[in-house]
Amino acid sequence: MYDSGKIITGLIIFVLLITFPIWYNHGDAGEVPKPELPKDSKQCVLPTSEMRSNHMQLLNQWRDEVLRTGDRAYFELEGKKYQKSLQNACIQCHTSKKKFCDTCHTYTSVNPYCWDCHLVPVESE
Amino acid sequence: MDKKRREFLKIAGISTLAGLGAPAVVDRFVSGSSPLAALAAREVETGGHGEPAEAQAAPAEHVQQSVTTGIRLGMVIDIRKFIDNPEMEKECVRVCHAVHNVPVFSRKKDEIKWIWRTGYENAFPEHTNYYRNDEIEQNEVLVLCNHCDKPPCVRACPTKATFKAANGIVAMDYHRCIGCRFCMAACPYGARSFNWRDPREGLDMNKLNREFPTRMRGVVEKCNFCADRLGRGQQPACVEATGSTKAMVFGDLNDPNSEIRQVLKENYTIQRKPSLGTSPSVFFII
Repeated sequence: MYDSGKIITGLIIFVLLITFPIWYNHGDAGEVPKPELPKDSKQCVLPTSEMRSNHMQLLNQWRDEVLRTGDRAYFELEGKKYQKSLQNACIQCHTSKKKFCDTCHTYTSVNPYCWDCHLVPVESE
Repeated sequence: MDKKRREFLKIAGISTLAGLGAPAVVDRFVSGSSPLAALAAREVETGGHGEPAEAQAAPAEHVQQSVTTGIRLGMVIDIRKFIDNPEMEKECVRVCHAVHNVPVFSRKKDEIKWIWRTGYENAFPEHTNYYRNDEIEQNEVLVLCNHCDKPPCVRACPTKATFKAANGIVAMDYHRCIGCRFCMAACPYGARSFNWRDPREGLDMNKLNREFPTRMRGVVEKCNFCADRLGRGQQPACVEATGSTKAMVFGDLNDPNSEIRQVLKENYTIQRKPSLGTSPSVFFII
């Protein structure tokens, strides 16, 4: 191989550069976010694991049912009736956007546009 | 060699012609008519001017309101009762805009309106304005989205962000609106407003209705006939604001026993720009 010295050094530098985030953080993915769960209620619409991975699909499904098919049927949880609504249901238990939504969204670097229109719960602090 | 190439080109040419021609021949056999007859039939269908048949029939449409099955929500606005009580008009506008977090902008260009007051000549340009009586001259008419049975805005929308719901409401799905404003160009009643600015700039964030969202910059908005309130079993906000005066009556136009049908039966009513064939669901008693 011609110029093997230059090529191999170049490759090493390249690999070091693109793995910068890994070795700079010592292979640590950072502290896993701990969203603050509601104190008064124990049960959510779906089991926690499903909510964690699929809450966006559920919100889209609610949106389409309510807005487009006009199916505004209420659902019941722990004896209380709720509308299929981010602003009128989710927020009633998850009373802080900063301590709940934002913790994971910031960690995973996603920017949902829900709050461009929907009103953020009034933060108590 | 030369001869072979010649043969090849001949066969290729004939096969191409056969390939292109065969479907046409088969089609004619299947439909059982000659192309001339098919052309003549199309001429009759379109009135011979290449216009859709629907457009030809449009002038007569406003006489006969099309859909008579299912729910079709509509409204009757009694102008006489508003003339007796002019403050009520302003109250309707105020309540509607408060309930739906409609922003207030002082510049006319930025204005957002779901329900508003306008002069008789603007609301009913097809009706005579010559020597109007004093009451009409000095008062304004309360107008809102007509929730047409044949909404032109819905036809114009490229993303189906605005659509006709099963109950007759011409609804908006702001999640889908791309802000192209085709619907605004299509609506003959000026019932749609574009959010040129972030609507939250024009809202008092401490006095919002927290059960209803705001909109974002770059979407078109309009009256939703209070679909959200109807879902909770309430009347539209403007109707509620008129209290027991019956200045506004809301109900199902397709239900012959509904209150609105009773009112329509007992009073002479007019619609806005009926000749356009949009079949508005909002009626006015003048």
